[in-house]
Amino acid sequence: MLGEGILKGLTETARNFLGSYVNKDRLTTVQFPEERLPQIEATRDFPFLVYDGSDWQAGLRCVSCQICEKECPPKCIYIEKSKDKKPDVTGKLQFYPTTFDIDISVCMSCQICVEVCPFDAIKMNVEFEMSSEDRFGGLLLRKEQLAKSNEYYNKIHPTEAAAVDAALAEERAKVEAKARQAAEAKAATPAPVAAPVAGETK
Amino acid sequence: MPEMIDQIFVLLKHWLMAYVPGTLQPIASAVLSVVPVLIAFPLLFAITTVLERKGLGRMQNRYGPNRVGPFGILQPMADGIKSLTKEDIIPRTADQAVHFLAPVMLVIASFLVYAVLPIGKNMVIANLNTGVLFFFAVGSMVELSVFMAGWSSRSKYSLLGAMRAIAQMISYEMPLVLASVVVIMAAGSLSTVTIVNMQASYTRIWPHWYVFTPWGLTGFVLFMIAATAESNRCPFDMPEGESEIIAGYYIEYSGFKFALFFLGEYLGMFATSAMAITLFLGGWAAPFSFLTWIPSYVWFFAKLLTIIMAFIWIRGTLPRLRMDQLMNFAWKFMLPLSLINIVGAGVWHFMPAGFARWLIVSLLVVVSCALLSRGLRRGKSFYVRTYRFAS
Repeated sequence: MLGEGILKGLTETARNFLGSYVNKDRLTTVQFPEERLPQIEATRDFPFLVYDGSDWQAGLRCVSCQICEKECPPKCIYIEKSKDKKPDVTGKLQFYPTTFDIDISVCMSCQICVEVCPFDAIKMNVEFEMSSEDRFGGLLLRKEQLAKSNEYYNKIHPTEAAAVDAALAEERAKVEAKARQAAEAKAATPAPVAAPVAGETK
Repeated sequence: MPEMIDQIFVLLKHWLMAYVPGTLQPIASAVLSVVPVLIAFPLLFAITTVLERKGLGRMQNRYGPNRVGPFGILQPMADGIKSLTKEDIIPRTADQAVHFLAPVMLVIASFLVYAVLPIGKNMVIANLNTGVLFFFAVGSMVELSVFMAGWSSRSKYSLLGAMRAIAQMISYEMPLVLASVVVIMAAGSLSTVTIVNMQASYTRIWPHWYVFTPWGLTGFVLFMIAATAESNRCPFDMPEGESEIIAGYYIEYSGFKFALFFLGEYLGMFATSAMAITLFLGGWAAPFSFLTWIPSYVWFFAKLLTIIMAFIWIRGTLPRLRMDQLMNFAWKFMLPLSLINIVGAGVWHFMPAGFARWLIVSLLVVVSCALLSRGLRRGKSFYVRTYRFAS
């Protein structure tokens, strides 16, 4: 009969309409600024720079190798390499970025910079409320805005950060072991020559 | 006392008119009648937009606007301010004058038809003895303004939208008018006031509305379907078709002109709904004889809001039709059925009152409805479509 389907549809919408006043589970909308859903762990939007320790300037992992700058598809990263070297967190002398800017109005959140970084220095952030009244300057993030502590990284992406920390610790241990071995080997073989060298360093 | 509350606006007007000098009487009378309508119906438009958005939201299991004011009831104000402050863009190649006139004319046409609608007892701006004819004649000015908008914009989308709108509106004008002919036959008058007065009497507690006769019910349903199509509302909103032609004939309009289109469309919807009330649902008459103490204008607006609610409900339920479905429905179903309905009304008139005429006219309408709906389905089998060149 003509109109049967229309009547069925009308009852369905009427059920929805009345049900939404009775049953709160029907309304799935999250009223955003007041209530928020918990963030899922894989959330990511824009990159940030990780530093170890408490001083962001001394602990920055970035050694200014500029791989991310070259790989970045939309070219939103701008790095100026330092002329001199400073000791990093392990005490090794390294270059460091004098300027490190990311224009997040250009960034497309592809995470390629994170994937190519050999030093685990750049990671993805989860902060998204970044609206600004300044269209150009407000969206250009400087080094000091980008630097975030390793603890922060552990907080936002616990699993991923733990894996990174473990890998880094392993690598550092390997380097140390190698150094120790080299030192021992050095100390063991040329015993007679070693004495004056040791004396020299004093 | 109820009499006085019922007539309070009429009395108020008479009281004010006593202070007007004789030469200015006609103008003052016109202004005093027109201005309330010009205020009341746009206000109803504002209320309807927010109610519609909230109602549709609930039908789709979401909240709808709830930010501006308590429960979002100030949303229309925010919308109005927004559309006033927006830039008014006219395309460079558009026909400037026509582009400007189209929304103005739409609103004027939509307002003009309110002249013959009786809002309450003795509350009608102009009691024309050809009121229904005036209503349909002025109502078809809407088509013209729609086409002006579509043509002057110089955009393919607006022209397509205007073409669809014209095709649809002219097709549905026919069943709209033919559905109301039965009432004119029964009432023997084209005056809206007379038509309402004919319905405002009671047998015991039951009213004499035309919708409570077989031909009246059919006419009412046909009239409402045609009115939905006339006011370009879902499921007949092909002229707008957001997903196909973006916004149809008003795609090139922005700012307040766009708001005027919106206003005109809703005013048209209210006007046709009010006409349906006048013709079939007894106008301002109370539904039961013991409820006549409630003022007549309250009944009118209660009925109007009920019909608007039905419109919103339909919009929340049905998907958009296809152009050929729309046309088939208009010409192969609505038109023949409304013609048969006129025959039914004639039979009703010439048969003696009683059970027999109820049975005969109902049978006539139901059987023809069933046959016509079979006719609509004929030759439509569902099959897997093969594409000759794609595979």
